[in-house]
Amino acid sequence: MFIINCPYCGEREQSEFKAGGEAHIIRPKQPTELSDDQWAEYLFMRKNIKGIQFERWVHTHGCRKWFNVVRDTSNDDIKAIYKMGEKPPII
Amino acid sequence: MKNKYSLFSLVKNAFSYHENWEKAWKDPEPKKEYDAIIIGGGGHGLATAYYLAKKHNMKNIAVVEKGWIGGGNTGRNTTIIRSNYLWDASAGLYDHALKIWEGLSQELNYNVMFSQRGVMNLAHNLQDVRDLKRRTHANRLNGIDAVYLNTQEVKKFCPIINTSPDIRYPVLGGTLQKRAGTARHDAVAWGYARGADEMGVDIIQNCEVKGIKRNGDTVEGIETTRGFIKTKKIGVVAAGHSSLIANMAGLRLPLESKPLQALVSEPVKPIIDTVVMSNAVHAYVSQSDKGELVIGAGTDDYVSYSQKGSHDIVEGTLNAILELYPIFSRMRMLRQWGGIVDICPDASPIISKTSIKGLYFNCGWGTGGFKATPGSGDLFAHTIANDEPHKLNAAFNINRFVSGDLVDEHGAAAVAH
Repeated sequence: MFIINCPYCGEREQSEFKAGGEAHIIRPKQPTELSDDQWAEYLFMRKNIKGIQFERWVHTHGCRKWFNVVRDTSNDDIKAIYKMGEKPPII
Repeated sequence: MKNKYSLFSLVKNAFSYHENWEKAWKDPEPKKEYDAIIIGGGGHGLATAYYLAKKHNMKNIAVVEKGWIGGGNTGRNTTIIRSNYLWDASAGLYDHALKIWEGLSQELNYNVMFSQRGVMNLAHNLQDVRDLKRRTHANRLNGIDAVYLNTQEVKKFCPIINTSPDIRYPVLGGTLQKRAGTARHDAVAWGYARGADEMGVDIIQNCEVKGIKRNGDTVEGIETTRGFIKTKKIGVVAAGHSSLIANMAGLRLPLESKPLQALVSEPVKPIIDTVVMSNAVHAYVSQSDKGELVIGAGTDDYVSYSQKGSHDIVEGTLNAILELYPIFSRMRMLRQWGGIVDICPDASPIISKTSIKGLYFNCGWGTGGFKATPGSGDLFAHTIANDEPHKLNAAFNINRFVSGDLVDEHGAAAVAH
């Protein structure tokens, strides 16, 4: 259990949020052009990092807005939080 | 040759105050080269080594483990064993394991305390009832024992369940697999370690893998905290840390590692003589031989390697447990812990070759790997030794995420993932 500082609502318990997985996976611009390997890469393959991970969260039981979190997955320490569309911080 | 464990050896060692038992496995220094190396000294890894030595005559092999054997998810699960899976591929895989469980203590000469006390899965709504009936039929077509029970039969089989129609999630029925049950998780790791060691397998603990050396598309060995070890075949059985090992070899896996929690209560007299699982409210409970209630909770939805997990997950599980078993309301919980489980998008495992020659992965067991330990080891050993899968694990190849031929057990198995 940890605290997430929602950029819209402030600090709330993690149980109010839902994790949305790895951030900055870009949806293919022309899906019909993709090979099966490229589709598998986009749909299923994940970095699954132990350490600093860039990920998406949504404040399900609050403002219901999506945003990005930089978190150390080895100890759940949150390093940075930034809104959708903002440039990822360099960490 | 190791001395056999028997009543005679027990009596004999009693006379020397149990101070002269021989070591169950050695603590060897790593050799310069092995024919095969298994990364990960949990139940699955040790079983793989055991069957490689026993059935495929590969004796010059090693298991490398970064901590101590059985110290990861093998020692952190809720020890439930069952094979009542919906799809044919899963049924084949898990029932293969269950059949090995039935003779495992004798085979290993090590009491793994396998207890076929039955596993009951509850239905709480109409869709559950339909799903469980469908699964019962599917199980029976695959030769797996399964019966559907109505509410009264559930109550008769496990009298402490609250079957009142007035609770939030009333019990509408359930399924029962009588051959299912539990085993002693540590004993499984120790039994396989002892058996493998006896056949010459080196079990190397405190040896963390730092890199995988490749020559083009072929593996050459592993870099470890205890030096470089040369080998032509590497079997990775690293559970939650599989993605890290894959990364060392330049591979990507479709896994996400998440905390899964469990907890045990103070020990009490026998009160529940079976295993009861509930898919819809995600609570399952059994009682260990020590008398503790063993309670399994759900996974958190975020990637984490912290082996902790969130408190609200435990709270949700205990809410459900208390509603189903009001008799437990004054029980005190002794310990809670998390294990890091590697979950595939289809919640089925990967037991497979990879695009790199000599590199094999056995991972993605997610929340339910313990039950498969003997079968997983057997089939993975077959895959490594023959460089091709056994027919029972052919469907669990890594290419299914490219072909789309998934083994989608999400929610279709007995418990929601």
